[in-house]
Amino acid sequence: MTLADTSTEVLAVPAERGTCPFDPPPAYDLAREQDPVAPVRLFDGSTAWMLTRHQDVRAVLQDRRFSADGTKDGFPFLSPGRRELATGNPTFIRMDDPEHARLRRMLTSDFIIKRVEEMRPQVRAIAVELLDAMTRDRDHADLVAEFALPLPSLVICLLLGVPYQDHAYFQKCSSTLLNANSTAEQVHQARDDLNTYIKQLAESKRDSDDEDIISRLMRREDLSPDEVATMGTLLLVAGHETTANMTSLSILTLLRDPEQMARLRSDPGLIRGAVEELLRYLSIVHTGLPRVATEDVELNGRTIRAGDGVLLMINTANRDSEAFPDADSLDVGRDARRHLAFGFGVHQCLGQPLARAELQIALDVLLTGLPNLRLAVPFEQIPFRHDMLIYGVHRLPIAW
Amino acid sequence: MRVEADRGKCMGAGMCALNAPEVFDQDEDEGLVVVLESEPAAGHRFAVRDAANLCPASAITLIEEDAG
Repeated sequence: MTLADTSTEVLAVPAERGTCPFDPPPAYDLAREQDPVAPVRLFDGSTAWMLTRHQDVRAVLQDRRFSADGTKDGFPFLSPGRRELATGNPTFIRMDDPEHARLRRMLTSDFIIKRVEEMRPQVRAIAVELLDAMTRDRDHADLVAEFALPLPSLVICLLLGVPYQDHAYFQKCSSTLLNANSTAEQVHQARDDLNTYIKQLAESKRDSDDEDIISRLMRREDLSPDEVATMGTLLLVAGHETTANMTSLSILTLLRDPEQMARLRSDPGLIRGAVEELLRYLSIVHTGLPRVATEDVELNGRTIRAGDGVLLMINTANRDSEAFPDADSLDVGRDARRHLAFGFGVHQCLGQPLARAELQIALDVLLTGLPNLRLAVPFEQIPFRHDMLIYGVHRLPIAW
Repeated sequence: MRVEADRGKCMGAGMCALNAPEVFDQDEDEGLVVVLESEPAAGHRFAVRDAANLCPASAITLIEEDAG
């Protein structure tokens, strides 16, 4: 069967989550069991395939017959805003090789393991300072606003050479870009605003010999200031909400699972592995990675035709018991490194070594510094980010 | 076991240097894979297989030289 043959029995995406806000929508879990290459209906009435198994998602992310280029016919979008984001002024996330590789390689040296290891003391100092400021003369706070968001934001600002005092402005733009309900016009405006901001900053660094990323990109003869602004915008947005939401959601998950929390507190050596397990379990890029087939591909008894869109569901892939036994359980002692939370293939997250270091340090600093950490409101009052492309919580009121 | 790495395929994700640091490194200019030990000692082989499996760009090839 091919997509053109499918009847009206298709699943709408995105789907509602079930009773547990940490679990993927039950309809996606069911698709993984019964129809792992399932036809789905998108907001504009078009159809695409939804892939839900670990093996399939991993294979397609590595398969050059699937393109990440949002301007290709058939590329699947979840909202008008997301279409604008992918087609208006594309970053290398929405390009194929060789252009993708050419641009990405201008940044790879900034995120090598060695460099990130060297940054750990600085990241830890920032985390400790944020914790001190949050706990001074108080016994409660919003973890998102006072710790989880400022930490990665301060770090990416340092790396890029962006002044952190402008954070209210660029965080607002970033939030509009990542809101699933933003209109095409709102996304267009927010991206232009952010690009203009970074471009002005880049122009001011034209003659600088600083080592921050934007200064360094400005010294390249093969990049225009507009291209520098586009890359800077991508890094600024990507460095923000992902790690921030993983931090808050990880703490919330551990507060809901006192047994796993106690294991982690009693053995800090588990933190590295626990971060991988939390990345797997929470899979915050929850609306799927989009690709379009450039050739006919047979998969699990279906024919994906050239020009068919596919959505690769990281969240159900990471809860696939074929890949992770008892996948719906959180187990901080598990080897979860095969998770796909950072994607896979040539587009796998560029900043993942930094994200790992930030998450490991954030968890360590919070669990050590706040031995009586608890929720300050009933769990039912926590506002989950169903409306955002990156899942998480809008606020996390905590007490200690 | 012999290890080969294809720098043309490498995207600098660093999974190899993270999981088998005795055998893989990344160069400072481009962050691309560098093989430190092309015939890894027995004690490193498990980590090398992990690194090859976790490489998102399939840039690492292992040639198992079975004496039998």
